Amino acid sequence: MKAVITVVGHDCKGIIATVSAKCAELGANIEEISQSVLKEYFAMIMVVNISDLSVPFTDMVDTMRTLGEANNLDIRAMHEDIFNSMHRI
Amino acid sequence: MINMHDILETINMIKDENLDIRTITMGISLYDCASESTERTCRLIYDKVTRTAEHLVSVGCDIEKELGIPIINKRVSVTPISLVGGKYTPEDYVKIAKTLDKAAHELGINFLGGYSALVQKGFTENARNLITSIPEALTETERVCSSVNVASTKAGINMDAVAMMGDIIKRTAYLTRDNESIGCAKLVVFANVPEDNPFMAGAFHGVGEAETVINVGVSGPGVVASAIKRAGECDFSALAETVKKTAFKITRMGQLVASEASRRLGVPFGIVDLSLAPTPAIGDSVAHILEGMGLERCGTHGTTAALALLNDAVKKGGVMASSHVGGLSGAFIPVSEDAGMIDAVTIGALSLEKLEAMTAVCSVGLDMIAIPGDTPASTICGIIADEISIGVANTKTTAVRLIPAYGKGVGESVSFGGLLGYAPIMKVSEYSCADFIARGGRIPAPIHSLKN
Repeated sequence: MKAVITVVGHDCKGIIATVSAKCAELGANIEEISQSVLKEYFAMIMVVNISDLSVPFTDMVDTMRTLGEANNLDIRAMHEDIFNSMHRI
Repeated sequence: MINMHDILETINMIKDENLDIRTITMGISLYDCASESTERTCRLIYDKVTRTAEHLVSVGCDIEKELGIPIINKRVSVTPISLVGGKYTPEDYVKIAKTLDKAAHELGINFLGGYSALVQKGFTENARNLITSIPEALTETERVCSSVNVASTKAGINMDAVAMMGDIIKRTAYLTRDNESIGCAKLVVFANVPEDNPFMAGAFHGVGEAETVINVGVSGPGVVASAIKRAGECDFSALAETVKKTAFKITRMGQLVASEASRRLGVPFGIVDLSLAPTPAIGDSVAHILEGMGLERCGTHGTTAALALLNDAVKKGGVMASSHVGGLSGAFIPVSEDAGMIDAVTIGALSLEKLEAMTAVCSVGLDMIAIPGDTPASTICGIIADEISIGVANTKTTAVRLIPAYGKGVGESVSFGGLLGYAPIMKVSEYSCADFIARGGRIPAPIHSLKN
């Protein structure tokens, strides 16, 4: 089972470190990272494996949102099903 | 492998284009709640509804959180109350309505539909009593929605029922006069009513349905409007393709949410309703889609053609995305719930007559339209009869949800707040149809050969 974490906001030091540390803490294994910085904006998409999560996935969604709010970023964790069902026949 | 572009497209639809699941509606059969006394029937209904839908809201919230897509409403529809066995007076029916309202509050759902009667061919005594009780029932409850099917292509139009509904709507408006006549926003008059519709106010759990069922209604006018904008100056074939592809993606969301809800609740999946359901929010308007196709204002010449294209392409795209499609499935054109429609009516671009023409090519009908409070009941009946005839002659669903705003006239407006929105009061014909409505009886079912 996988989830997609997206992070959007003003660029600042340590964004990747903050998000990946939280992933490790929750037991999510990062499988892929794509990130870009356009002018001062930062955008990152992470695909993480959530099979061995130490908390329910809904808690991870809340944790990531809270982490985003604390760092002035928009962080979303969404189950991969939504992307697979929308874009694959 | 999940494509990065696809991820961004989905997130953009949710974040910036108001993509959401409008409703997960659980249908519940109440046939087994019949009993010898009203009190016992009420108790059976309350117990069954609250027990069966106990986890509906929490499961809906979990799915919303995990998939990251807003699910705006969790609702319940029940067997048309006039069909729940027993013998009830209008006062008994009001008690049942209050029971349903109490159950809706207990469950934390915002609407419960099914305070309904099916009288396309004639009235049973219970159906007549239920219809008589509608004004009081809608006044004394907050979350109960009512509908009456007065016609079908096979049965024709029960004009006695149409005549009755004019008075019922007026009385509902009067009794809820302190609250912008809001009772009328929870009352729909139908022709060819679908029995698996998840959208309020017309939802009920049809006679051929299973014990319980999960139906889902999607939304997404903003996503379609943005796609059309991005498509730029293309011809109609390309325009229809754009709408189809977008509708496919929107409906896939509905299908995913429906199957997840069905699995987690242990309730069979019924249908996905493909409708484009607008809200008063900016960027969530069906009128703005039509304007995006090249109309200066919704309601001008060409609007019916644009709507026909939109409606057809939404169905074509959506059908392939879902295993079972049903309900109303098409574009909704409610006035008060659509920012573009409200603007078009306010500046005089969109009239009641044009709305009637538009309903011939899309789902539902004259929806959430405020008219002057002093409109005679017979004129309301005439508006209903016209709209219902379009449905009966064209073998499609049509409906009427009018608000004769008590004490208000053209130039004024009513505001309900929330999803129900705001409506400028529209002008109706000042000429009478009272003698026509007074004839009573049934308009025979139309012939379906010799098509012209």
